[in-house]
Amino acid sequence: MWTVFTAAFRFRLRRLLRLGLQSLWRHRLRSVLTVLGIVFGVCSVIAMLAIGEGASYEAQEQIKRLGSQNIILRSVKPPQDERASAETTRMIEYGLTYDDAERIATTVPAVEVVVPVRIIREDARHRTRRLDVRLKGTVPWYDEVAKLEIEPGGRFIRSTDMHNRLSVCVLGSAVARTLFPNHDPIGEYVTVGAEYYRVVGVVAERGRGSRDDPASDTSRDIYVPLTTMQERYGEIVQRQISGSMEMERVELHQVSVRVKDTAYVEKTAAIIRQLLERYHRKQDFEVVVPLELLRQAERTKRIFNIVLGSIAAISLVVGGIGIMNIMLASVTERTREIGIRRALGAKRRDIVSQFLTETILLSGSGGILGLILGVVIPVLVRVFSGMPTIITAWSLVLAFAISVAVGIVFGIYPAYRAAHMDPIEALRHE
Amino acid sequence: MVIAETRSLEKVYRMGEVEVHALRGITLSFTAGEFVAIMGPSGSGKSTLLNLLGCLDRPTAGQYFLGGEDVSCMDDDALSAIRSRRIGFIFQSYNLIPQMTVVENIEVPLVYQGLSERESYRRAVEQARLVGLADRLQHRPTELSGGQQQRVAIARALVSEPLILLADEPTGNLDSKTGEEILLLLEQLNRAGRTIIMVTHDPDIGARAHRIVHMRDGQVANVHTSGVG
Repeated sequence: MWTVFTAAFRFRLRRLLRLGLQSLWRHRLRSVLTVLGIVFGVCSVIAMLAIGEGASYEAQEQIKRLGSQNIILRSVKPPQDERASAETTRMIEYGLTYDDAERIATTVPAVEVVVPVRIIREDARHRTRRLDVRLKGTVPWYDEVAKLEIEPGGRFIRSTDMHNRLSVCVLGSAVARTLFPNHDPIGEYVTVGAEYYRVVGVVAERGRGSRDDPASDTSRDIYVPLTTMQERYGEIVQRQISGSMEMERVELHQVSVRVKDTAYVEKTAAIIRQLLERYHRKQDFEVVVPLELLRQAERTKRIFNIVLGSIAAISLVVGGIGIMNIMLASVTERTREIGIRRALGAKRRDIVSQFLTETILLSGSGGILGLILGVVIPVLVRVFSGMPTIITAWSLVLAFAISVAVGIVFGIYPAYRAAHMDPIEALRHE
Repeated sequence: MVIAETRSLEKVYRMGEVEVHALRGITLSFTAGEFVAIMGPSGSGKSTLLNLLGCLDRPTAGQYFLGGEDVSCMDDDALSAIRSRRIGFIFQSYNLIPQMTVVENIEVPLVYQGLSERESYRRAVEQARLVGLADRLQHRPTELSGGQQQRVAIARALVSEPLILLADEPTGNLDSKTGEEILLLLEQLNRAGRTIIMVTHDPDIGARAHRIVHMRDGQVANVHTSGVG
């Protein structure tokens, strides 16, 4: 390579470029067709990485929203046994209890905050408008752990609300938008199930959540003090399922635990799991560790990138073979020109740099075109399908560098062949 | 002054199992300002000799001195440099590069010498003027007549001020009138001091040279010197 570069210097880069463009311009159609392989290769590298990056970013944001310092415990309905399902009216008792929350808060060392949550599906009404919501009974520090932001003018549940079991509520953004499309809901009353609650705050809209996963959509939640909910609903929820009456006794649906430092998250999760297993005979809870999920998501993303990257790399190699093919044809076709140049004093490395310049020009211009297309396509995808795409700077640099590298790698052999022709034979070539 | 000299030059080609002795000991010397014709039937080795004189090839045995340097054992790069500085080629089929303009074609040897763009352009234009193509600088070879193309080739051969001009059947592709013009141009260059070595099979053209080297079977059959010069 060094000799090629010094020759390039001697021969002057500008001249080389002009010469290359001259030859490529002479076969415009052929050059354009040759370049297409690289264009699509580069474009697919960038577009695929942008779409992949967008998808994984969304997943990671969702996980981050759960909080990397948090451990989330959820009540899970255990599989039912045969005997129980035969009865028409039955009572199921499962899930996390107030005692569990208390035990975790007092006995597990690294735990900072414990947030118990009870969830009941209800419908909320204001005058003629209604919406299915999740009523969440919780504690005043819930907003801090769940990273909720309250719209200015409002507030979250306070400890006085808890003590006095007040009928106050905080609305999720979608609830506020649907029930109060035209005016400020603060101070108004909403009916949830059979009870009235005074609105004291509205949760600010968060970055667009995924529409595929309504469970993670917190905009349709209504928050009330846990104590108020206990008083209004008791501990037993009745549900009518296909003719039979089902009664569920679930004390807490979710307990979020915040750990002092992310370093303790995994150990603490293991301790909590052991603790719970001691008191629960059935597997009626699950432990979700967002940090673990995040790591999992990062691993998945890495694999995803490797797969996408190699598909794109294959297309670039195919493009490179196309270039090599054309350059070999070009070398044969221009045998005579090579002979003339050699007779007039061109050294082997002059011929190498001449042909290498042509391939690099081909692959480089393909790279630039692909770069442009690769930026445009993800933008179009975002505009028309709403799929998030993120174009990273490194993918642009990588794709362009690879296209130039392809030009060098696949250009070396044709250039070498051109340079090692016997000048006398080449001059005789018809 | 002797500017080119060969000493028992031999060239053997291997074609599979067979060895072909193209040259069997050629000893010749050329003095500055000479006009020499090399003649002989096809297969006599005159093209091989021209290739060796033009440093396009290396002899199997013997020595070749050009301008006092022994070029018979130089490597490829050194031979390339010699070709661009000391030798001017004129071919039967002109051998211009089709996608380049007249002036760019003339510049080629200077480009490989590493001359600056401005300097090589200046010298190429000057040379084009000398062969009468000042008004055709930006034309492509395909837009020129055969005679004009050969003039471009001559300008290209002269542009690097070489020690010797090697012409291989320079009028072979031209009609007799244009061929005559080219010969006159070569004679004019010779009078101006250029050393010309020309390969031809046409005795009339050969007769215009000061010295005729007849070749047969890879050897010099006889040398005929005319009264001129």
